Amino acid sequence: MTWETVIGLETHVELATRTKIFCSCTTEFGSPPNTHCCPVCTGMPGALPVLNRRVLEFAVKAGLALNCSITRHSGFDRKNYFYPDLPKAYQISQLYLPIARNGRVDVRTQAGDKTIRIHELHMEEDAGKLAHDPATGLTRVDCNRCGVPLIEIVTQPDFRTAEEVTAYLEALKETLQYLGVSDCKMQEGSLRCDVNLSVRPAGSGELGTRTEMKNLGSFRAVARAIKYEAARQIQLIEGGGRVVQETRRWDEDRNASLPMRVKENAQDYRYFPEPDIPPIRLSEEYLDALRAAQPELAQAKRARYQREYGLPEYDCRMITSHRALARFFEALVELGVPPKQGANWIMGEVLGALSQRAMEPGDMKLTPPTLARLIALVGEGRLNRNTAVKVFEAVFDRDGDVDAYVRAHGLEQVNDDALVREACAEVLAVNPRSAADYRSGKEKAFGFLVGQVMRELKGRANPQRVNAILKELLMQ
Amino acid sequence: MNITPELVERIADLSRLELGQEEVLETAAQLEQIAACMDILNRLDTRGIQPMSHVFPVENVLREDTVLPSQDRAELLACAPASDGETFLVPRAVE
Repeated sequence: MTWETVIGLETHVELATRTKIFCSCTTEFGSPPNTHCCPVCTGMPGALPVLNRRVLEFAVKAGLALNCSITRHSGFDRKNYFYPDLPKAYQISQLYLPIARNGRVDVRTQAGDKTIRIHELHMEEDAGKLAHDPATGLTRVDCNRCGVPLIEIVTQPDFRTAEEVTAYLEALKETLQYLGVSDCKMQEGSLRCDVNLSVRPAGSGELGTRTEMKNLGSFRAVARAIKYEAARQIQLIEGGGRVVQETRRWDEDRNASLPMRVKENAQDYRYFPEPDIPPIRLSEEYLDALRAAQPELAQAKRARYQREYGLPEYDCRMITSHRALARFFEALVELGVPPKQGANWIMGEVLGALSQRAMEPGDMKLTPPTLARLIALVGEGRLNRNTAVKVFEAVFDRDGDVDAYVRAHGLEQVNDDALVREACAEVLAVNPRSAADYRSGKEKAFGFLVGQVMRELKGRANPQRVNAILKELLMQ
Repeated sequence: MNITPELVERIADLSRLELGQEEVLETAAQLEQIAACMDILNRLDTRGIQPMSHVFPVENVLREDTVLPSQDRAELLACAPASDGETFLVPRAVE
């Protein structure tokens, strides 16, 4: 029998606000335990939560960018559960009136284009961190993450393959990064996703029993977990068994999903409207202002780069793969760099240097004016490209004055034909055999001679001039 | 609505409340009365009326995204039954 896999995704994204969702504690990552806490986020009796204006704004921006309809009259609800990661014994979330609903994300895979429907997007608070202490047999609770703002984005069960899921996550990450609402760093947990998966005979209109998988730490893990879980369910059914609705934990080391022990009743959250937070009503003016302030997203940039600058689609994809790169590129063009040259430097040297250093484009020290100047020097014939790449390497980590560096290291290109001619003549005199080889038809010898001339001129010669003059002398 | 002792026990369990057998019966009877009141309210035709979650005419209570100092850690930890000076200590919750 042919099986079809049906997948829905719940993605939690941490918002890039300075403070928590309901109190003024910082959201900064990686500080000593319980140093970013107050009576509100540790659930002290009588403490009152107050919603962060920017959380609301970011959630609406994300909803707009994901083509959702925004809920004009929205509110928060209590999700009750007893677990020490949230000391209030409930999480403030949105169940009845989520801030955004009914959106869509277009994804592209090798199998073609597809639209993934967004069921809803809601705001909620993150929970704290628990760690088992073997010394005491107790659990240590760190509440620094309690109350860090999240949006949860829930899709319809529209995915059929791991490739579609990965493409969706890439698109989601790209959109949220461009909006500036989240940095989406999976390794720091600012983007986490749960996979709901079931299988059914191909062509069937009914959904099979689904499982939910958690603890997916990377896009690669998501893809592997989907393949594993689909195969597990198919094997189970074909062997005469039945899929049990349960939550499973992905174990990256074992490359397997394992059932989590969940207590009976635990799923009964007894939601009710949060009495501590008054309802939220959004005016048309508020929404219009946010709509008008939406930045140009990656997809629109790609189309514009192709249209305005005539760049190939591949170049556009590379440059817009990160907001910081796209900004860098646009700044170069604004400084007068020909778009294709700017694109080549970004795709070649800039991306190369970043990957060598395992660095994010946003953390780059090199500024657009510096690279623009370097490209201009090449254009003016004052640096040859190889030397320019060396200068690039020298200024990449610190930025700096390109002209001063070129002067200080005597790197300016030798455009004086007399000097080049002198060097060529000297090389030919020292290497009579190579000259003879070339004259008898061995093309290879020419490359060697060019190399020798470049060495003589410390790599600063204009290669075109060296070629021309060397050929001229060899013809004599 | 029929509030059975089993239902009371389940809710008590979810709420981490320990009720004796007598308390379960007593609570069931009281909840039954409350539910009966709700049944009367439920007879009202509320079609087209926005559910109300708050009695005060207040909306959009928001604060600026400005960091203020957090509470002193020692003071917060002192509110808990057990701590190790850095974290709250609770009965084993993770494996």
